[in-house]
Amino acid sequence: MTAYVLQRLIQSVLVLLAVSVVVFFAVYGIGDPIELLVPPQVSAAERAALVRRLGLDLPVWQQYFTFMGNALKGDLGRSFVHGVPAIELILARLPATFELVLLAMSLAAAVGVPLGLLAGLDPESRPARLIMGGTVLGYSLPSFWKGMMLILLFGVALGWLPTAGRGEMVSVLGFQTSLLTVDGLRHLLLPALNLAIPNMALMIRLVAAGTTEAMTQDYVKYARAKGVRRKRIVGRHVLRNILIPVVTVVGIEFGSLVAFSTITETVFAWPGMGKLLIDSIYHLDRPVVVAYVLLATLLFVLVNFLVDILYAALDPRVKLTGEMA
Amino acid sequence: MSPSGSSTQGIPAYADTPLRQKVLRRIRSRPTTRGAAILLGGFVLLALLAPFIAPQNPHDLASLSVMDNRLAPGTGGMTGMVYWLGTDAQGRDMLSAILYGLRTSLLVGLSSTAGALAIGVAAGLVAAQLGGAVDAAIMRVVDFMLGFPSILVALVLLASIGRGVDKVIIAIILVQWAQYARLMRASALVERRKEYIEAAINFGLPTRHIMLAHLLPNSIGSVLVVSTISIAGAITLEATLSFLGVGVPVTQPSLGLLIANGFEFLLSGEYWIAVFPGIALVLLIMSLNVVGDRLRRSFNVRA
Repeated sequence: MTAYVLQRLIQSVLVLLAVSVVVFFAVYGIGDPIELLVPPQVSAAERAALVRRLGLDLPVWQQYFTFMGNALKGDLGRSFVHGVPAIELILARLPATFELVLLAMSLAAAVGVPLGLLAGLDPESRPARLIMGGTVLGYSLPSFWKGMMLILLFGVALGWLPTAGRGEMVSVLGFQTSLLTVDGLRHLLLPALNLAIPNMALMIRLVAAGTTEAMTQDYVKYARAKGVRRKRIVGRHVLRNILIPVVTVVGIEFGSLVAFSTITETVFAWPGMGKLLIDSIYHLDRPVVVAYVLLATLLFVLVNFLVDILYAALDPRVKLTGEMA
Repeated sequence: MSPSGSSTQGIPAYADTPLRQKVLRRIRSRPTTRGAAILLGGFVLLALLAPFIAPQNPHDLASLSVMDNRLAPGTGGMTGMVYWLGTDAQGRDMLSAILYGLRTSLLVGLSSTAGALAIGVAAGLVAAQLGGAVDAAIMRVVDFMLGFPSILVALVLLASIGRGVDKVIIAIILVQWAQYARLMRASALVERRKEYIEAAINFGLPTRHIMLAHLLPNSIGSVLVVSTISIAGAITLEATLSFLGVGVPVTQPSLGLLIANGFEFLLSGEYWIAVFPGIALVLLIMSLNVVGDRLRRSFNVRA
């Protein structure tokens, strides 16, 4: 197990390094931020001073090494626009994105698992077909479009829910959160639902497929022969066995939810990391873009790592391969 | 094509039936699929004919009347023209804008899929044929590419190279080629174990000939089937990127950009600027998905 963990760690570091090189050169290679930052009336000397201060006069590879050296010390550069460390800027937005993703994930599981069970137990029934048809819509329609339709329906036509911002927040352990106020939750509901829909669809499909398969297994037949009630068979035996793929998806999709929150946050003007990324792209604020991508990569790598370990804990068969590797 | 091609589920798959007929029969065999295929054909036709059938050229600023801005669907304008789907903030006829937007969306979707397909198929074929270190290197890159959400990769790339139809196509090719490479490799590896390839090798045919004349045509089928659905994915990605403001330029708006333009008027009740292009986009994506899914199922391809 130790060898396996170590191997995974080395892989993860290599991925991070590769991403840092690719992203740094992609983002720094093109576009001149000085043009945007300096008003036209500024003198050439002042301009040159700013270029030097930001280190933009150095060769690109040297900028990369400076960047990596600083990155290892936890410094991912200063935002050109805001003048504060990029990482501080991103971390300040992290709670907003995190509560959105958390609620979206919970919604997806709370709706996806029961509907998936329902569809999987009787796949030929009308409700099952309806649910499965809905899942196709759920993950094939563009996220921004679904968000706009939610706004149109619940915000404009019905007027039930607010459609922008975080609403009223309370401070918990130094973080501002919307999860604990009624107004905050009302603001949170639509964006979280929008973010949850594709995952809901995915979860329904996974659970339905797993349930249909599990119902034909010997242990279900045995339980039925023993006279166990259907409710108990489903709740105790089937549900447990289909939970493994669900946990994997929750883990892996956690990363892509953070990425996709970019779209949802833009539609609902939610001041999270994704909105910050988009704004930084508009303003050519390179350090923030690079820092965002590196942090996102770190998150992906970390989550995949944790999912593998969790997987091993849930399914005893996995551990064997882990030890052999 | 035969009169017996009814809507029954079982499709007789005679080995000597030409492939084109088999495909057609499979699409026709279900009403939903047939409807989707007709819709899809209609969209392609509308996109091709846009310059001839659109009531107005939305790119020609001279033909627009700013006085006619944000008119509701069905109202007549200053010029006497009736705007069946309303107008946007520049006084542009939405129907015309959608027809032209369809063109841009389809152009990006089709050409990026074609590009990704070409690169992916080549990479997968080379990996399967050569094996060893080349295979390992290619597949490592593929795994790396597939490890990240496509939207994030495309977003960051476009953030650095700027917006433009060609650039969006490049970005989508970059995020989509890897899935084709993986599929092609898997498919070609299966094919390579078959006897006719062995016979070709024993004949002493050059490797390049075996790859291009035998391996490629016999293993590309499943990749092509999957690419139908991927066109929908490419169009969705383009629309999303354009919605976020890093996609196609304002001078050549796609459906996604039209929706983005209408977004700010959604809250004030001028729904048509965003909703009609949105309906067109949704129908386009759904029809591609339905047709693609049917093809995938009838050829029994796992994506």
